[in-house]
Amino acid sequence: MLAETGVAAPPAIAVRNLIKRYPKSKTNAVDGVSFEVSRGEIFGLLGPNGAGKTTTIGVLTTAIVPTEGSAAIMEADVSRDPIGIKQRIAVVPQQSNLDRSLKVREILTFHAAYHGVPRKTREALADKLLEELGLGQRKNEKVNRYSGGMAQRLMIARALMHAPDVLFLDEPTNNLDPQSRLFLWERIRALNSNGLTILLTTHDMDEADRLCDRIAIMDHGKILVNDTPAQLKKMIPGGTSLEVRAFAPPSENGAASAKVKAALEATPGVAKVDELRDEASQNAEPGALTYRVYSESANTLIGSAAQAVFGAGAQVRDLSVKQPSLEEVFIFLTGRHLR
Amino acid sequence: MSDLTFPLADIHAVRTTNRAQLAIGAFLAILRRDLKVTGREFVPFLLQALMNPLFFLFIFGKVLPGMGLASGNYAELMLPGIVALTGMIAAMQGVTLPLVLDLGYAREIDDRLLSPLPVWWVALEKVIFGAMRGAVASSVIFPLGYLILGNGFAVRGDRIGTLIGMVILTGFVGSVIGLLMGTIIKPEHISLMFTLIFTPLLFTGCTYYPWGALQNIRWFQVLTLFNPLTYASEGLRYSMVPPVRGHDFPTLGLAWILLALCTSVLILFWVGRKTFYKRVVT
Ligand SMILES: Nc1ncnc2c1ncn2[C@@H]1O[C@H](COP(=O)(O)OP(=O)(O)OP(=O)(O)O)[C@@H](O)[C@H]1O
Ligand SMILES: [Mg+2]
Repeated sequence: MLAETGVAAPPAIAVRNLIKRYPKSKTNAVDGVSFEVSRGEIFGLLGPNGAGKTTTIGVLTTAIVPTEGSAAIMEADVSRDPIGIKQRIAVVPQQSNLDRSLKVREILTFHAAYHGVPRKTREALADKLLEELGLGQRKNEKVNRYSGGMAQRLMIARALMHAPDVLFLDEPTNNLDPQSRLFLWERIRALNSNGLTILLTTHDMDEADRLCDRIAIMDHGKILVNDTPAQLKKMIPGGTSLEVRAFAPPSENGAASAKVKAALEATPGVAKVDELRDEASQNAEPGALTYRVYSESANTLIGSAAQAVFGAGAQVRDLSVKQPSLEEVFIFLTGRHLR
Repeated sequence: MSDLTFPLADIHAVRTTNRAQLAIGAFLAILRRDLKVTGREFVPFLLQALMNPLFFLFIFGKVLPGMGLASGNYAELMLPGIVALTGMIAAMQGVTLPLVLDLGYAREIDDRLLSPLPVWWVALEKVIFGAMRGAVASSVIFPLGYLILGNGFAVRGDRIGTLIGMVILTGFVGSVIGLLMGTIIKPEHISLMFTLIFTPLLFTGCTYYPWGALQNIRWFQVLTLFNPLTYASEGLRYSMVPPVRGHDFPTLGLAWILLALCTSVLILFWVGRKTFYKRVVT
């Protein structure tokens, strides 16, 4: 939910020209990123492995020192006021970092104690959250007997124990089964409607689409676009697209590829043609070619596109119509599939 | 989830913006966490700390003198060394081993690092906690010594203040060494390093012999001065060994002892704080 007040409230998260280069690394893991998240918003960082999502969260949560640029949460600067930041944020990391020396309930009560939550409140809140997240029966165990999904839920409970203003979720549904995933989506929405600002990362397009008010698509440390899911989908020229998989004998591959592309571009009704070069198509047999054909109505192009491929001396392997989705946006922006 | 707002509002209502108050509260809660975890393992902790001194006191304080292989007052001279060594090792282990776990792949320390306190306070807490462990282990040597040595147990009572101070300082020396080790050593090298560091530390630390008795092996006597354990042992000898016919037992000077122990603690903590920071913030 976007803030609907007339006066622009200061943003919950403000990142400006953020650069992070890890020691001994030749490239920037985060390479000049700027974005703002309003209070009460669910903001998604979407990108493939190694895009720099976790690094961005690390800087915002004071675990990583930025090389350049600045980041602030609720107007507190990450470098100048780390204590103020830590009071206001909560982090659910990508991998479990639960304290294995403590029992489940103690993990929650100690977390709250670290944040100065009074004893009575923290005891009551721990029991309540454990109940709500379905862990009430097993609160006196140690976490090494928990499954991955239970640990994930416990980390979410822990994050809520000190009533943060901003919640960071790093790939929150990665290890969850479909049912737990739906359950978690519901929780995230409920928390958000209670006023919590949420920044989550994911490489699940569907998740980003369903949950986020705004999405920034990241690749190689840069933000390619940052908009609402609806606006992002409008970026695809013509709206729909056709995926064309073809084959030309490997020897004449380079030439054939350009020829097929030209033939597709010349087909009436085609707005734009991209050749995809992602790992999936590279790892395929030599001679395999993949194109993305953008158009107002891709489904009417099936016949003419097939003819164009034949005409260019290649064989058609597969044709499929793609409806506008975030996945399509990512492919349009990077020329690659997300995974 | 609907009425989650109840405790949230509660928490917001009492939330302080005073950074110092927040940090001190977090510090104390983290200390309480360590006490809780150790409390649960108190008996194993005592067994671990006391097994070695138990046999040492028995063999060297009881068996050998009984056979005439060690002089009668050897137990008196050795007991302070055992107190120093036990405290130091308990403190070291109390910091190094949990730290290696905490900083390991699962990063269990993250929740504490994300608490509202400066990152180096987390290291400070480890050091204070380790020193407490060391002091407890040292203290238990007294009743143990009394039980084992019987009549041979002799501790002067007029330097009790210095004694307490020495026990605490010894714990701190052990825990700052533990901090340094825990932040430098890779988990897979931990047992190797314990041997590589422990053994020389143990035998050059004047635990089993008084420093003054080394005067005939001058180079070794000088070498022992580079080991903080020497000062701890000598400091405890100063505060424990009963005077003979009105003469205090000769030890290193108290001022030198205090100076050496305090500088060791400060320098090692200063370095350990940096190595800790390097491990937790990228
Ligand atoms: N501690 C580190 N030291 C050196 N390089 C690192 C470190 N952490 C991450 N990197 C590198 O920084 C880049 C960005 O990594 P990051 O973890 O931020 O990606 P991500 O978007 O979270 O990916 P994923 O979806 O796999 O979690 C990667 O190339 C990674 O190899
Ligand atoms: Mg990541």
